[in-house]
Amino acid sequence: MSKFMTVMMHTYRSKIKSKPFLISTLITIALLFVVTNMNEITKMFGGDEESKVAVIDKTGNTLPALQEQFKTAGADLKAEVYTKSEKDAEQSVLDGELDGLLIIDKDASGMITGSYKAEDVTNQDLITDIEMALQQIKNKAAAESIGLNQEQLAAIYLPVSFDKESLSETAKSEEEAAQVYILVYVLLFFMYMAVMMYGSMIAVEVATEKSSRVMEILISSVSPVKQMFGKIFGIVLIALTQLALFVAAGFAAVQLNGKLSGSESIIEELKLNEIPVPLIVYALIFFILGFFLYATLFAMIGSLISRVEEVNNIMTPVVIVIVAAFMIAMYGRENPESAFVAGASYFPLFTPMLMLLRVGMLSLPVWEVALGIGVLIAAIGLFAVIGARVYRGGVLMYGNAPSLKLFKQAILLSKQEKKDTTGL
Amino acid sequence: MLTINEVRKQFGSFTAVDEITLEIPKGEIFGLLGANGAGKTTTFRMILGLLTPTKGKITWNEKEISYETSDLVGYLPEERGLYPKLTVREQLIYLGQLRGMSRSQIQEQTEKWLKRFGAEEYLNKKVESLSKGNQQKIQFIAAVLHRPELLILDEPFSGLDPVNVELLKSAVHELKKEGTTIVFSSHRMEHVEELCQNLCIMHRGKSVVQGNLKEIKGSFGKKNVSVKADFDLSYLKDTNGVLKHRVTADGITLQVEREEVAQDLFQAIQAKGFVRKFELEEPSLNDIFIEKVGVVHE
Repeated sequence: MSKFMTVMMHTYRSKIKSKPFLISTLITIALLFVVTNMNEITKMFGGDEESKVAVIDKTGNTLPALQEQFKTAGADLKAEVYTKSEKDAEQSVLDGELDGLLIIDKDASGMITGSYKAEDVTNQDLITDIEMALQQIKNKAAAESIGLNQEQLAAIYLPVSFDKESLSETAKSEEEAAQVYILVYVLLFFMYMAVMMYGSMIAVEVATEKSSRVMEILISSVSPVKQMFGKIFGIVLIALTQLALFVAAGFAAVQLNGKLSGSESIIEELKLNEIPVPLIVYALIFFILGFFLYATLFAMIGSLISRVEEVNNIMTPVVIVIVAAFMIAMYGRENPESAFVAGASYFPLFTPMLMLLRVGMLSLPVWEVALGIGVLIAAIGLFAVIGARVYRGGVLMYGNAPSLKLFKQAILLSKQEKKDTTGL
Repeated sequence: MLTINEVRKQFGSFTAVDEITLEIPKGEIFGLLGANGAGKTTTFRMILGLLTPTKGKITWNEKEISYETSDLVGYLPEERGLYPKLTVREQLIYLGQLRGMSRSQIQEQTEKWLKRFGAEEYLNKKVESLSKGNQQKIQFIAAVLHRPELLILDEPFSGLDPVNVELLKSAVHELKKEGTTIVFSSHRMEHVEELCQNLCIMHRGKSVVQGNLKEIKGSFGKKNVSVKADFDLSYLKDTNGVLKHRVTADGITLQVEREEVAQDLFQAIQAKGFVRKFELEEPSLNDIFIEKVGVVHE
């Protein structure tokens, strides 16, 4: 087994067995199941129960129309006439016998008014149902009062017929844009998660080795470059393992939801199974390259600090960059053609997210995508070379707080080292 | 043979190691002495190839030490360098594999060494739960597991109790017998005196004394005279040729310029009373160290 493989497998094994990894994986999988099956779970807790609303109808003739409205709207709500006083009704509401009390009246101009009283007014669904029903009745009454019949009223509310069609052959349909958006969103989320979890994992690994001084033994047996990339690949393996678990769990959760609810699964609804293959390939390429870019960055950072506690401080700027990329991507979703987004997509740290967004939303010429990938690969190469140098120099430096000066020092320390000993 | 030829290491304007030239034959134990900051660790790091000399060359058997030859070298760093969260077994497997060993070889060697150090019960314990002395034993095992040709020990005995020091010393002796070349540094002069034939005392990056231990002592010239008697001896310090003196519980120890002064001293105490002891001693390495480096060291 080569030393590169030894480092990689050691990193993989020691992390995969660690409790934090197991716990975070299990929690995420549990969350996936809960979130995708939220509707079923709420049903289980009796969200299905019919609400009982007492109606005091001061107009005398609105209640039947209201009940009719509820029925057509399919609201889970039973409206019954209430014969006792308002005070009694309020007491019943407080006692929990009734969910609410609706008082229907007419104002000075003869229009229907409604007043709803409940223990608290947080049940938005119920309130909206009632309000909508009353609105309908009011509209009808108002229309009748000016002599419109049912058909005329319907004509007023009929939505306009509006069609969108793109003339360019390669333009993306609305559906495609939605798919891209989801894909970009997922990618952004993964990137963010990957950087937060695995990035810090790499930095912590390196910092631990430094602070426990095991580093001196390590770099006396393996070249820093092999060691750094062994570590990065080991963490990438872990990331892939975890992501594969998440994807499998997510798929299972969606399937389960489909079975439970009997309706179309979210995958079919969003036509996610129809995402064009090239886009998925691009997504994978950008994700993997992006991951390597940030991983190299973190390994470099990790070698600059001497205590694990400092990892968080030094991570902040990187996290800000990721958040910035996220914001620009959100903006780019609305304005994919913007020159700003186009420019930003060539900044290596933003490229994985923004270039994917543009590939998906626009009909980009191939050379632009190729250039983006090229920039990314070049940046990884550059970071790797600088990273290896800083790593080599940095691992032998202790004590100082991370700073630009330290960075320069580390480079300087390794600059004098000959190429043959860096193992490049 | 380890050859260090006119090696200098500079960090910016600071010279950590200045023109050191050493030749250490195969199968020898070589001592590197010096106060903190004398340049010992920097020298070791250059031997290991972790740092490249600003000037000069270091070779092992006529070849420069690089990652191709790292399997031949063992290293025990000054500060303990182990993964606190890994068990002794996992630790040694990883470090052994990095030195090009197979799992079965590691298993075999680990068993052998743990048994030798009476530490078998720690095999599956996490390193952080071990005492300092036991951690140092594991660190030592990690350095010698792959049977290196060249073994670098940076302060191997620091933090160990006398029993464990003996245990480690006998292991070092045995490795030497098997043909391992060992370079080690220490603050403790008696360890160096006991283990090394050849040594080098470093001060501020420079080699102040170097060579064979006996020759160094012989050429030092100054000797010690230790006297114990039933009467007051303090007047001896005024004898011509006495450089230093130290009054002990029941006598006095004097450092003399040369051997002849001892004879004068002997004359001086004759007939004064009963003399329990009169001994002419070789200078200790400690004396030489203090003389050359000019600082007192533990």
